[in-house]
Amino acid sequence: MSDYTLPFDSIGSADHARVGGKCASLGEMTQAGVAVPPGFAVTTDAYKTMLEETGLCGEIEKQLARTDFDDVDSLDRSAQAIQVRFRSHHLPAAVEEAIRAGYEGMGADMPVAVRSSATAEDLPDASFAGQQDTYLWVVGAHDVIEHVRDCWASLFTARAMKYRHDHDLGQIDVLMSVAVQKMVNARAAGVAMTLDPLTGDKTRIVIDASYGLGELVVSGIVTPDNYSVEKVLMEVVDRKISDKHLELIPDAKAETTVERVVAEDRRKAQCLSDKEILAVAELAKRLEKQNGCPQDVEWALDADLPEGENLLALQSRPETVWSQKPKEKPKSAYATGMAGIVGALNNPIGAKN
Amino acid sequence: MDAQSPMFPSAYDLKAPAGAEGWEELYPYYLTFQPNLREQEDAKFWFCDSQHWPNPFKPFDAVTVEFAVKCLGQYNTRHYLVPPANGVDYRIHNGYCYMSPIAVAPELIEGRVPQFMDRAGHYFQNWPTLLENWHKKVRANIDEMEALEFEKLPETVSVEDVKGGVGLDNTTKLTETYDRAIQLLYRTWQYHFEFLNLGYAAYLDLFGFMKEQFPSIPDQAIAKMVQGHDSDLFRPDDELKKLARLAIELGLADALRSGSVDEALAQVGTRPNGEKWLAAWEEAKDPWFNYTTGNGFYSTDKYWIENLDIPMGYLRDYIARAEAGGTIERPTAELHAERDRITSEYQEMMEPEAQEVFQGKLGLARVVYPYVEDHNFYIEHWSMGVFWRKMRELSKLLSEEGFWPTEDGMFYLTRNEVRDVLFDYGNAWATGGDWIGPSYWPQEIERRRGIIDALSTEAPQPALNNPPEVITEPFTIMLWGITSDSIKNWTGGDDNSSDLTGMAASPGAVEGLARVIRSPEQLGEIQQGEILVAPVTAPSWAPVFGKIQATVTDIGGMMSHAAIVCREYGLPAVTGTGNGSSRIETGQRIRVDGNTGQVTILD
Repeated sequence: MSDYTLPFDSIGSADHARVGGKCASLGEMTQAGVAVPPGFAVTTDAYKTMLEETGLCGEIEKQLARTDFDDVDSLDRSAQAIQVRFRSHHLPAAVEEAIRAGYEGMGADMPVAVRSSATAEDLPDASFAGQQDTYLWVVGAHDVIEHVRDCWASLFTARAMKYRHDHDLGQIDVLMSVAVQKMVNARAAGVAMTLDPLTGDKTRIVIDASYGLGELVVSGIVTPDNYSVEKVLMEVVDRKISDKHLELIPDAKAETTVERVVAEDRRKAQCLSDKEILAVAELAKRLEKQNGCPQDVEWALDADLPEGENLLALQSRPETVWSQKPKEKPKSAYATGMAGIVGALNNPIGAKN
Repeated sequence: MDAQSPMFPSAYDLKAPAGAEGWEELYPYYLTFQPNLREQEDAKFWFCDSQHWPNPFKPFDAVTVEFAVKCLGQYNTRHYLVPPANGVDYRIHNGYCYMSPIAVAPELIEGRVPQFMDRAGHYFQNWPTLLENWHKKVRANIDEMEALEFEKLPETVSVEDVKGGVGLDNTTKLTETYDRAIQLLYRTWQYHFEFLNLGYAAYLDLFGFMKEQFPSIPDQAIAKMVQGHDSDLFRPDDELKKLARLAIELGLADALRSGSVDEALAQVGTRPNGEKWLAAWEEAKDPWFNYTTGNGFYSTDKYWIENLDIPMGYLRDYIARAEAGGTIERPTAELHAERDRITSEYQEMMEPEAQEVFQGKLGLARVVYPYVEDHNFYIEHWSMGVFWRKMRELSKLLSEEGFWPTEDGMFYLTRNEVRDVLFDYGNAWATGGDWIGPSYWPQEIERRRGIIDALSTEAPQPALNNPPEVITEPFTIMLWGITSDSIKNWTGGDDNSSDLTGMAASPGAVEGLARVIRSPEQLGEIQQGEILVAPVTAPSWAPVFGKIQATVTDIGGMMSHAAIVCREYGLPAVTGTGNGSSRIETGQRIRVDGNTGQVTILD
């Protein structure tokens, strides 16, 4: 593997500066045993080589020298000019070759998302980098390479340039990495919470799951299956199977997702096997441990990946509802020693069942 | 069911099965429901203890329920003054044993607390030394029982005794030996409960604390925190596994493979290294083959040491499995690691203050809990094994003297009737006349055998009369797994449904073919990968647990033997289904979910 690309599972902590925030976090999750949609980072080295070998660097500097950052029109013109410059250059052959190899290693004509992974210093909030520099359903090495270049160019939107200018950040010193990541082809997907959202019970992992991509579950259009897993024993202790009438599935040709009616025989079947339920629970439990607090995890089972490697974490956020509630103090002080035993005998727990 | 009628029938309305009429006379008056006490007996709730006594009692065997349950009670009521609980009352009806816990009147509970804290507290504080003393007492008891010998009355008193001025005849020793045997049994059962109730109490404290911390925590998770993996209860099975490994190591596997036990041992003896293995076999026998295939409560129990074909069969099975490259040993290291993982993961979910309390309660439970498992070997297996062997010897002696034609005749007499027989025997020996028994007992025993057989044709009722609003007696909950919920399951009586509910006693879920086993004799029928379905299991069935996928029982709680053994062997178990063994048939495909306590008949 060249210096220009790094698969997610080989990103070590020393690489963080050259793969940007997004890729670094994907790398961290992969290293911790949490599978994410597979892919690779196009490193800042690739970007630097692009700037230097093509002469872009000088062209940009020239353009910047002519820019009045307080004049919106001037800024816009400059931004457009720089982006045109980016698109007028081919990537250096070695960079192109590295991206091509990385992409082809993912499988033939794999639909991927190409998204920017900016280096951290210039990113007070995600909005700065712009949401536009994410390209979905990209197929074929040629298109992937084009979109990597588009990501790079997106560093030079008027808004981004202005921001850097106002904060005295260098315009060319800010480097960008790009993530090339497999589009999830979800056979089933959903959400896992590492506590019971109804009761706050921390000994449970509660999983919502339905066919296809998770959006229909999140938006409530489909009533998902609901499984409850005991977190320590890792056993499925409760399952509610629902009528899952719709599924959202990818349509690579149309480069979008489509809703499809679920066939009668699948609708009321349990959409995950018990083994898969436990795998989702393990994934959520690992993310909770890694993050040190209860988590709300979006996951998917990818139909393109081999069994055992097909469960992917898409997103993990801290759970907020129960975690922010003030802790309930026990009603009375704990009875210890003989007093505890007397209490247990006088009020055995089975009596309350 | 209308509101007026009780949930379960009254004993007074449960007639004897055909052919069993008059069964009441086979037991002492205080063990049966007396006609003139109907009102007060019907006001109590009685549950059937088919966990310990799944089959109708022969009159002699009733001594086990009498001594065991009496001794359970004495510790609650008179030794420790367990604040809310006295003992458990018991009756025999239609051959089965029904139990009714006796609560302490609410106004008296508080007054018992100081004495309980003083007395039980002393035991908790001095557990290891008192337990060491217990082992000495029990061992001495066993040794004394082992030394008892019953001798036929000789033609004459020996000349030495006559000239030595002893002044007593041989009947004296005979009756004294019998009485001593009964007394030693009585002591056995007192020792049995000396620690057991307290062991349960400490466990109950931990259990209640964990349920308060985590209301949905599975019972089995708590059980796993205290479970010992080096229990003496598993030692006999472990010894067989060691012998299997040693046989393979010494190249003796083929010598043991076939033939009777004697033939196989003789074959081993001819081999180089044979002596070494035979020495190990002998070493294992004492005491570990004092191990019953039943539960120790019946005179018909088969003990390994008297039926060497049983351990030999298991040994051969282990040898075959080990030779095929299988692991026969229990994964004790994994079980230990799993126990530690479970403990620390729950602890991490607690607040710091609770963590400290948890450590205290867990610590005590772990000190006292091993007794709950270990005692079973020393009492039910070893002590009872010696007792039954001595009683069988006496029955055989009296059979040879003409009292009854079959060697098991004595067990159709109550223990007090046996005294009468011994007097009859000695009396006629003294007078020089004929003993009367041989003309009385053979037909009486046949009549009684007919009654017991007729009683065995009917399954017991799960309970009698109305249950209380809530079950509060702590030992009823722990020992028998009887809670207000489990009682509801018994009455859930839709026999056509394909679902059964019981206690989630050991985790995991599997599907497989059922094998219904009603007695240890049927254990050989079990095929690899089947699901064992039984009214109740015994710990000594352990060797078959390597073959099965899961267990379903009719009765038993979290601490029942089936539950303990299944957790130890990592098999799913659902206990206390009420009637699983009658509703499920051998060969049916069933799903057992040891996490939820659900059993589903799939066929």
